[in-house]
Amino acid sequence: MSKFEALTGNAAVSNAMRQINPDVVAAYPITPQTDTVQTFSEFVADGLVDTEFVTVESEHSAMSACVGASAAGARVMTATSANGLALMWEIIYIAASNRCPIVMSLVNRALSAPINIHCDHSDVMGMRDSGWIILMSENGQEAYDNIIQAIRIGEHPDVLLPVAVCQDGFITSHSLERVELFEDGEVQDFVGTHEPQWPLLDVEDPKTYGPLDFYDYYYEHKRQQVEAMEKAHGVIREVTQEFNDRFGREYGLFEAYRMDDAEVAVIAANSTAGTAKTAVDNLRDQGLKAGLLKLRVFRPFPGQELAEALRGVSAVAVMDRAISFGSMDNAGPLFSEVVSALTLNDVHVPIADYVYGLGGRDIRPGEIENVYQEAFQMAENGKVERRVRYLGVRE
Amino acid sequence: MTEMKGWKEIPIGGMILDAGNSEAYNTGDWRAFRPVPGEAECTNCMLCWLNCPDSSILVDAENEEMTGFDLKHCKGCGICAAVCPVNAGVIRRAEGEVEKDDPRLCIRMVEEGKFQEVGNE
Ligand code: SF4
Ligand code: SF4
Repeated sequence: MSKFEALTGNAAVSNAMRQINPDVVAAYPITPQTDTVQTFSEFVADGLVDTEFVTVESEHSAMSACVGASAAGARVMTATSANGLALMWEIIYIAASNRCPIVMSLVNRALSAPINIHCDHSDVMGMRDSGWIILMSENGQEAYDNIIQAIRIGEHPDVLLPVAVCQDGFITSHSLERVELFEDGEVQDFVGTHEPQWPLLDVEDPKTYGPLDFYDYYYEHKRQQVEAMEKAHGVIREVTQEFNDRFGREYGLFEAYRMDDAEVAVIAANSTAGTAKTAVDNLRDQGLKAGLLKLRVFRPFPGQELAEALRGVSAVAVMDRAISFGSMDNAGPLFSEVVSALTLNDVHVPIADYVYGLGGRDIRPGEIENVYQEAFQMAENGKVERRVRYLGVRE
Repeated sequence: MTEMKGWKEIPIGGMILDAGNSEAYNTGDWRAFRPVPGEAECTNCMLCWLNCPDSSILVDAENEEMTGFDLKHCKGCGICAAVCPVNAGVIRRAEGEVEKDDPRLCIRMVEEGKFQEVGNE
């Protein structure tokens, strides 16, 4: 029997880590992730897990230790945020390129400067081309569920890629919510034991990780990473389906909320999707056909599926909690992806981008209702007034 | 030239799964000079073996003899010739300049391009 507890998003992830019982966790504290690994270190001290907890002097070292441990054959987890992730940068790419299925809890926070500890998605959007699989979570429950699935997705022999599971800093990482914890045994049964194919610790069969790789083979190894991402599409579906069947969930690549007869759609990720559901409900009460697409899988990007889900709506608004400075119209990164997906799949519909919530600025249901109202207007006029808006910024 | 394999045929992530296979990889093909035995008699002091950065001095361990050079891996750096005490003796006794490919030396460093003219090995 599963049980319900009042937990913060961070504590929900710590509990998932306890139940997964990874061989190695290497981490460095950074707000707002800190109490994920702090709580986990208590589990280590209390003997509730067998994990080797490696305390390091920086995030660069944390990710380096993770890569080493993963190559050795261990099941490895870590957690970080914002500047911590930025300091891991070099090794983020190496983890993916060396095909180390590390699972990271990434508690989204704005990148400096000016220094800020609150939520936006500038941290994760920077790693979008790094070769990591990226999952997004609306709340602590989803972060817990995603972390458990991430182990199976990353370690799948057809994939062997690291996975980052995101949730919003403070907004969900530090909010108490009702979280369903599955039985320890059920989680362990679901994740199974890690069976590394090429563990360095197998001294009978020595091998080398990370050698020099020039113009003669580097390109082929990058092509292999493409293949792994392609395969990840199917593996994510499979693992998600199995998780849904076992634990009574309804996850997909994204969630289509009241989309069946929707005239306009908003696309959002993480906690804002929760707020947007309230906005949708309010508008539906007024008889307006509003729908929401909540992104769960950001990498590999489910472009075709997303385009199919949006085929038939008359206007689309994308909510971006980050700016891709210097991109076309200085839009958010999600906008560019969605526009490409729609265009390449022949879904031609007025679409606008709403950058919002940078540095943790609140986003309220009323503001999202306004986004919907503008979307209805786009639908009516059949054209876009302004491509990109910076919602809530003071002029 | 080794046969180039496609992305489906090689281990992922650049892993090398056959331990010690660097021996099979010809790294000596960009050498500009090659070491060649000269006239002076080697004393088998093994200083060249000790100093070669590429483990390219071949030895007969049983008879404690330096037997030649592993030209698949030798980079032609000339360290062996520089540390060879027999070379030092030849240079000290010689009247005037001793070129590094002088036939009187124990280890001569011969330009790869001129190697055929020297006609050794
Ligand atoms: S030239 Fe350099 S690499 Fe070649 S045998 Fe001599 S010391 Fe070794
Ligand atoms: S070649 Fe020179 S350095 Fe090498 S063993 Fe002979 S005498 Fe010693």
